[in-house]
Amino acid sequence: MEHLIIPDLDPILKRYPDPNREHLIPLLQDVQEEQGYLSKESIGVISRHLEVSPAKIYGVATFYNQFRFSPLGRYHIMVCRGTACHVKGSANVLAAICSGLKIQPGETTRDGLFSLEVVACIGACGLAPLISVNGEYHAGVTPAKIKRILNSYRKREEIHANG
Amino acid sequence: MVDHFDPAQHESADTFYPEVIHPKVAHLMPESYQTQNSFFADNPSDIDATVPTILIGAGTCGLSAGAPDTRQAVENYFADSDLKPRLIDVGCIGLCSEEPIMEVQLSGKNRLIFGKVTAKKAATILKSLEAGEVNSKHCLGQHRKSGESAWDDVPFIDEHPFFRPQTRLVLEHCGVIDPDDIDEYLKRDGYQALAKALHTVTPAELCKEVELSGLRGRGGGGFLSGKKWTFALNTPADHKYMICNADEGDPGAFMDRAVIEGDPHRLIEGLILASYGIGAETAYIYIRAEYPLAIERLKTALAQATEYGLLGDDILGSGFNLHIKIKKGAGAFVCGEETALIHSIEGKRGMPRPRPPFPAVSGLHASPSVINNVETLANIPYIVREGASAFNKYGTDTSKGTKVFALSGKISRTGLVEIAMGTPLREIIEDIGGGIPNGKQYKAVQIGGPSGGCIPTQHLDIKVDYETLKTVGAMMGSGGLVVMDEDTCMVDVATFFMDFIQRESCGKCIPCREGTRTMLGILKDITRGRKSEDGVDALDRFKGIMYMDRLAQVIKDTSLCGLGQSAPNPVLSTLRWFRDEYEAHVFDRKCPAGVCPELVTYSILDDKCNGCHACATQCPSDAILGTKKNVHHIIPENCIACGACIAVCTKQAVIKE
Repeated sequence: MEHLIIPDLDPILKRYPDPNREHLIPLLQDVQEEQGYLSKESIGVISRHLEVSPAKIYGVATFYNQFRFSPLGRYHIMVCRGTACHVKGSANVLAAICSGLKIQPGETTRDGLFSLEVVACIGACGLAPLISVNGEYHAGVTPAKIKRILNSYRKREEIHANG
Repeated sequence: MVDHFDPAQHESADTFYPEVIHPKVAHLMPESYQTQNSFFADNPSDIDATVPTILIGAGTCGLSAGAPDTRQAVENYFADSDLKPRLIDVGCIGLCSEEPIMEVQLSGKNRLIFGKVTAKKAATILKSLEAGEVNSKHCLGQHRKSGESAWDDVPFIDEHPFFRPQTRLVLEHCGVIDPDDIDEYLKRDGYQALAKALHTVTPAELCKEVELSGLRGRGGGGFLSGKKWTFALNTPADHKYMICNADEGDPGAFMDRAVIEGDPHRLIEGLILASYGIGAETAYIYIRAEYPLAIERLKTALAQATEYGLLGDDILGSGFNLHIKIKKGAGAFVCGEETALIHSIEGKRGMPRPRPPFPAVSGLHASPSVINNVETLANIPYIVREGASAFNKYGTDTSKGTKVFALSGKISRTGLVEIAMGTPLREIIEDIGGGIPNGKQYKAVQIGGPSGGCIPTQHLDIKVDYETLKTVGAMMGSGGLVVMDEDTCMVDVATFFMDFIQRESCGKCIPCREGTRTMLGILKDITRGRKSEDGVDALDRFKGIMYMDRLAQVIKDTSLCGLGQSAPNPVLSTLRWFRDEYEAHVFDRKCPAGVCPELVTYSILDDKCNGCHACATQCPSDAILGTKKNVHHIIPENCIACGACIAVCTKQAVIKE
C-alpha cells in the first residue's frame, strides 16, 4: 500500500526553495535517486512546489531517457548499447539477458529481483561489451557469461534471504 | 615567501584584494605571478619523497576492469609490511586495453607503469620490485625524467608504440596527476594561463588570441571558437552565460569523461578563461548523469578551486567574478545541439529551435551564451599560456592543434589517443592501435558517431582533419573511432545507428521524426528472414529499398537541426562503400558476415557432436536439447543466434549458415 502514501519529499524540496523552472530536472533527478522512480504522487508534490502543471512535468520527464515511472528491481542491470559495444556483440548480450530473465528493457522481473535498462553509452568503450549491475561493472561480457553473472546475483540474494 | 600578501601593502585604492589569499596561489597574484616564485618551488614535489607511491588507474574503465580489487590486493600486500606507501587513485593514461594499470614510484627512480595488474598479479609484481627486479611481462615502460635515475632495461613509455606517435596537449596530465588534488595541477603550471589572462590581457585580446590559434569546436561543429566568443563579447547584455557541454551523448566516445576524471582542473581553468573572454559571470557544466565518477571529481575540483580563490568573487584580485554550476543531463542525444541544451538547462524538453538568433546573441534566458565542448575548453589553458603560435604549429592549414580520439572496437590496443591533426588514419589503426586482433581482416572504421560515416580499406591513408574526412563521407564528430573487422555486418551497423537516431529524434520536425522511422523500417525489412514475412511485406521491402536514397536526401535537406541533417549519414556512407553487402541482404537474403540474426541459422552436425553438453550449459535461451553423451539439437524457434554455442564447441559440430 506504499503507493497510496504521499511521499515525504521535503528534504529534497528544501534544496530548491524558490519555484524556479530551472530546478525541475535536478528535482526530478533527486527524487528518482531517492525513491528509485517517479511516482504519480511525487510528480504531484513537485508540481505544487514548482507551480508547474503535472502535464508539463510529465512532458519533460518522458522526454529524457533517465526517468522511470515504475519501481526498479533489487538488481538493476544496465546494458551499454554504444557503438563499440554493439560491434563487439552487445545485441547478443542483451538478447541473452532478455531471454534469461524473460523481460524486455524497461521492465522488472515478477519477483522484483532484476530490472533491465538499455543505456546509450557507459563510456568504457575500450572494454566493450559492458554491463553494470547496481553500479558494479562487468567488462567484456558474452552471452555465455551472462548466465553466470545472473546466477551469481541470484545466489547473493539467497544468501541474503537466509541470513 | 608570503610577505606580499598583506593587503595593507597595496597602496592603490582601486584594487581590492580579498582579505585572505591562499598561500598556494600567491604566485598567481598580479604582482608576483611573472616572477614564478611559486609555493611549490620551495616545497618540492612530495611524489619524490622517500615513501614509495603507488598510483592506480581508477577511471570508469579502470574500475570496470577491476581496479578496486587491485587496490585491495596492494593494501593487503603492505598490511604486514613496515613499508607504508602512498596509494593514489588517478585517472586513465588512455591505454584502456591494459587496465587495470598500476604505476609505482620508488624514491629516486623513474615511475614505472604496469599493465593488466589484476588482484592476483599485484603481489607478484610488488614482490619482485622489492627485490629490485622489474616484472618485464607486465611492465609497459617508465616515465621519462619522473625521478632522479632511470631503470636499466626498461623502455621509456613515450617509446611505446601506443604513445610514440601521439602529441599529448589535452591529455598531458591524465593518469599522471592525482585528480583530487589541486596542488598537483598547480605544480605543473596549473592556473598560470588564468593568471596571465586576468592580469595582462583584455577579454577582446583573449578572444583574438584564441581565434588566431585556429582552435575549432571539438564537439563536432568545427566552428572557430574564438569567433564564437567574439560574437558573444560584442553583444551588449546585462548577463552572459558560458556553458560547457560535457553531455557526451555520442555512443563510442569517452574523451570528455577521461579528461574530467583525469584532469578536472584543466577544464575548470579553460572554462574560467572562456567566461572571462566573453564577460560571463555564471558558467554551467552540463554533464551526463551516466558519469557519476566524473561528476564527483568535478565537484571536488570546483570546491578546491573556490577555496583557493580561483573561483568566486574577485578571482586572483582581478575584480573578475565567476560562479560555476553543475547541471546533470538527463540522457538525450539531441541535447548536444546548442539550442536543445539551453532548453534542457532551463528545465524544458530538450528540443532545438531554428537559428538565428544564434545562442551567442540570444541563448540561455535570452542572454548571449557560448557553448563549448570539454575538449575545446581543455585546449584553452595551453593556448593562453604558450601563445597561439605554439598551438597552431600543430595540425594542417585549416585544422589546427590536436584531436583526441576514442579508439575502440575490433582492435588490439583500445583507449584514448591524441594526435596532431593531419595524421594519417592508417597510423592510428596500425601503429597506435596495433592492428586487428586474431588475424582478422580490417573492414572499416566508423568515425564521428551517429552523424558520421565509415571509412573503408582503400581510404585508410587519408589524413585526419575536418575537411579531408568530409571528402569520403565521414566527419570528425566528437572523435569516436570504432574499428570493424570482417565479422562486422555493415547493414547491421547502419541499422544500429538508425535505431539510435530514431529513438533519440526529439520529434519536433517531421522529416527527422517520420523519416528516420521509415528508414529504420526499410533497413529492418532488409535484414528480415523469410520466416517472419508475408506477401505484402515482400513487396514493401523492394519498394522501400528503391526509395531509400531519395528519402535520405529529403531528411538531409529539410530537418531542423544537426541531428536530423546528419541522420542519414551512417546509411549513405555504408551504402556508398559496401553496396555489395546490401545487395547480398536484399537479393540473396544472406548476411555475409553472419551477424543479422534472422538471416543466420545455427545447427549441430550429428556426426561431429560427442555429447559433451557444453553448448547446452552455455546457451542463454535454453534452445539446445540433449543429454550427456547423446547428440544435441538446436530448437530454431528458441535460438537467439547469439553464437555462444559455436564459441564453446571444441569439435566444430556447431555450424552457422
